[in-house]
Amino acid sequence: MSTTASEMYETTVGLEIHVELSTNSKMFCACPVDFGGDPNTRVCPVCLGMPGSLPVPNQMAIEYTMKIAAALHCDIARFHEFHRKNYFYPDMPKNYQISQYDHPIGTKGYVEVTGDFGTKRVGINRVHLEEDTGKSTHVGGSGRIADSDHSLVDFNRAGTPLVEIVSEPDITSAEEARAFVTELRAILESLDVSDVRMEEGSMRVDANISTRLTGAPEYGAKVEVKNMNSIRSVGRALEFEEKRQRKALDDGETLVQETRHFDEKTGTTSSLRTKEFAFDYRYFPEPDMVPFEPDQAWIERVRGSLPELPASKRARFAEIYGLSDKEIQTLTTTSATAGWFEEAVAAYGGEAKKISNWILADLYGLLNESGQELSDGKIAPAQLAALVKLVDDGAISGKQAKEVITVMFETGDDPAKVVEERGLKQVSDTGAIEVFVDEVIAENPDAVEKIREGKDGTLGFLVGQVMKKSRGQANPAMVNDLLRSKIN
Amino acid sequence: MSIDRKTVDHVARLARLDLSEEERTRMQGEMTAILTHAGKIQELDLDDLEPTSHAIPLRNHMRPDVAGRCLTQEEALANAPKAEDGRFWVPRIVEDSGE
Repeated sequence: MSTTASEMYETTVGLEIHVELSTNSKMFCACPVDFGGDPNTRVCPVCLGMPGSLPVPNQMAIEYTMKIAAALHCDIARFHEFHRKNYFYPDMPKNYQISQYDHPIGTKGYVEVTGDFGTKRVGINRVHLEEDTGKSTHVGGSGRIADSDHSLVDFNRAGTPLVEIVSEPDITSAEEARAFVTELRAILESLDVSDVRMEEGSMRVDANISTRLTGAPEYGAKVEVKNMNSIRSVGRALEFEEKRQRKALDDGETLVQETRHFDEKTGTTSSLRTKEFAFDYRYFPEPDMVPFEPDQAWIERVRGSLPELPASKRARFAEIYGLSDKEIQTLTTTSATAGWFEEAVAAYGGEAKKISNWILADLYGLLNESGQELSDGKIAPAQLAALVKLVDDGAISGKQAKEVITVMFETGDDPAKVVEERGLKQVSDTGAIEVFVDEVIAENPDAVEKIREGKDGTLGFLVGQVMKKSRGQANPAMVNDLLRSKIN
Repeated sequence: MSIDRKTVDHVARLARLDLSEEERTRMQGEMTAILTHAGKIQELDLDDLEPTSHAIPLRNHMRPDVAGRCLTQEEALANAPKAEDGRFWVPRIVEDSGE
């Protein structure tokens, strides 16, 4: 994309995020909320939409949604109610979805996001509560809906509490969209109201993206992008779509309002070729449930129950631990990770930076290989602290510690035990090292001569020889000092 | 207040009702009668009145978040015209205009 093109056009993105709440039971009935299991085993007359069954809202789901609204700086409604959204689709047994319409729980909030673009506020239009649908499997043909023979429906997921969060169209690039979803995910994670796993579908992101000439009064044709199953996909899909739309306009094409599907493999979007039409959902207040009028005390209680949110946590980490923005960003991705780090720092009692280095440089490499989170791993925070202390005390070298941490990662054993078992103790006993140093000096007269002539670089070679003799167990700093004093 | 034929067709389509010509004509009359009746309210000055969605003076009715018993798969599928692999069998899903 040329500079002129990027100045000529502006991109507008609005995001719609659905989050499944991790309550014990469903939104309007007592069926458990869970993943997996045999199809149609977590269903009852209410979530199957059987005649005569009556929905009763889940108090925890209402409170979780109020909590989300509060964390997103929304106004929390003093009056909210459920509506029926009417349409036909086989994964929705009642032929309407219970949702919220003109009286959602939260409105007019914002999320502050930071990135290479600076810091900006992305407005939150609304936060509302609804129920999830069932899952269809399309049988026959390629397995896609279009050429399938029939479909099979499992209603285990139907009725799971689902929060919809709609952003204002304040996002102007793929990078901002990615930053927004990352921050929103971190906020939701800190609230402990959802698993927020995009890969598993407990957090789903749809984007509306349009392109217009810079300064044009009207937005361009709105394209809805679906099927982005990770934060990375959100960025890739929107980058592709931004370029596609700009090129189309450059080529004199007219963009149309449509829904496009993101293909993870090719990194491209393609039109679903569905006709765009105005749905007529005939929303009307759900007659089976009475409205909500939370009093100020309830709202205040929810606001007061908010945990430390990611932004405050990052500020605190910068202030008390003196870490870089990048380190802080990684260590506060989830509250569990941040908690793990803080526990390790507390157990260590020394410089937080050292703990951070071990986590980011060593543990993360191991975790990435195994696809685990810090808090899922076998190493406890206090064990990492103990390992760093062993290095500080000179009991083992930094290099040996790297070997120890790999073993700890596999076994979950204490570092002292690993050191013992592997015979990794660093030799800091002058006498023992001296024997090796004397041998090396005797065996390498040429090298010794060079050092005496001032070619200091050769010292490293001799240090290496001593380390080899000690099978890596000599304290390198001591080896260095002894060699120097004996040669000169 | 009267309902035109187009509106009857639209509503029938939304409800997936396959109505005959005679039925459509009858519906047009009945729907017009219902709306005319409801239209009476429009004659009143209700500017200062909040819309009422529910007539009973009850608010914040909820249940605690406790999981309970479900149907078995067999029970769940008992009334299904057709089932396969523990799932409800439905005819090919045709994306339509949903208008």
